[in-house]
Amino acid sequence: MKILRNFTKRMFNLFFRRRKEISLGFYGPPNGGKTTLANRICKDWTGEEIGKVSKIPHETRNVQFKEEVEIKYKEKNLKFKLIDTPGIATKIDYEDFMKYKMKKKAAQKRAKEATKGIIEAIQWLDDMDAVVIVVDSTKNPYSQVNITIVGNLIAKKIPVLVVANKIDLKKSDIKRVEAAFPEYDVVGISAKYGKNMEEFYESVFKLAKMA
Amino acid sequence: MKKRGKMPKKKKSKKIKGLTIQFIPYIEIERLSSGERVKKILNVILGNKMIILQGKLWPEEETRLIEDTMAMVGHVKNFKGIELATINPNSDALGFFGKFKHGLARALGAQESITIIGPASIVREMKRDPKKIEVMMR
Repeated sequence: MKILRNFTKRMFNLFFRRRKEISLGFYGPPNGGKTTLANRICKDWTGEEIGKVSKIPHETRNVQFKEEVEIKYKEKNLKFKLIDTPGIATKIDYEDFMKYKMKKKAAQKRAKEATKGIIEAIQWLDDMDAVVIVVDSTKNPYSQVNITIVGNLIAKKIPVLVVANKIDLKKSDIKRVEAAFPEYDVVGISAKYGKNMEEFYESVFKLAKMA
Repeated sequence: MKKRGKMPKKKKSKKIKGLTIQFIPYIEIERLSSGERVKKILNVILGNKMIILQGKLWPEEETRLIEDTMAMVGHVKNFKGIELATINPNSDALGFFGKFKHGLARALGAQESITIIGPASIVREMKRDPKKIEVMMR
């Protein structure tokens, strides 16, 4: 029994203590809820938020992170570096921001910052130990951006967890997200209202084992 | 002599009068480096043309395309970015993203896919699912 216990302890240390903290990135298209989810986790475990959220797309225009976020799940502790990235898009039109009553100059500035943010998000891909892809479960999951992100993560052998966010909304369709990502663990949550976060943390711990 | 009434001024129509679709066969990109492929695609897009590409880009090339596109937005007049979508054969057999995990995306051979790329100033949106691509114009 003692030998078995020691072996288990060694394996645990090998998997969980080899790194100081696990770099966990949040990726996905704009307005999927990446910052809302990162904020939820940070609030749950540190009491602080990571960034601002807004209905206007591309609110997050810089990579922002929180270090040493210690998450506990079923008597296990893991330390994470949470990395919230700008939403990846293939186009940016400042006129789209003006639909939200933004003035032309402010909209142009936002667009300029957003393009830089997308490039920064892509460049950070190499620094991730594991990635949570956050998609809006009310929208079509088969977007090219999702395909591009998943394809890159697979090529870099980075483990992936898919989060189908906004399950509190009527149009939410988790089955569609599951059908689009059949090989991945898909967790339906509402980051805004903290719905189903227990299952999310369980999946994050599974993901960390693969990192 | 009859007096001619003033002709009403014609309103400037923003609608596209014509659209060029350029076909790029796989053989044209097969031997190009990733950088050259991206450059070739962007050159066509900057000419306000849509592209039907036989085959597809590798994921790393797609991110390079997005990076280069973003670097040009705001620097090239009226350039807002691109819309793109790839459709793969038999993609429902393993699941859309399942293929990547099995490495089949590469094994199947890039030329069996079709990629549509268009300038965002012309293409408003590309809606896709595993079996079809809908191109919504501005």
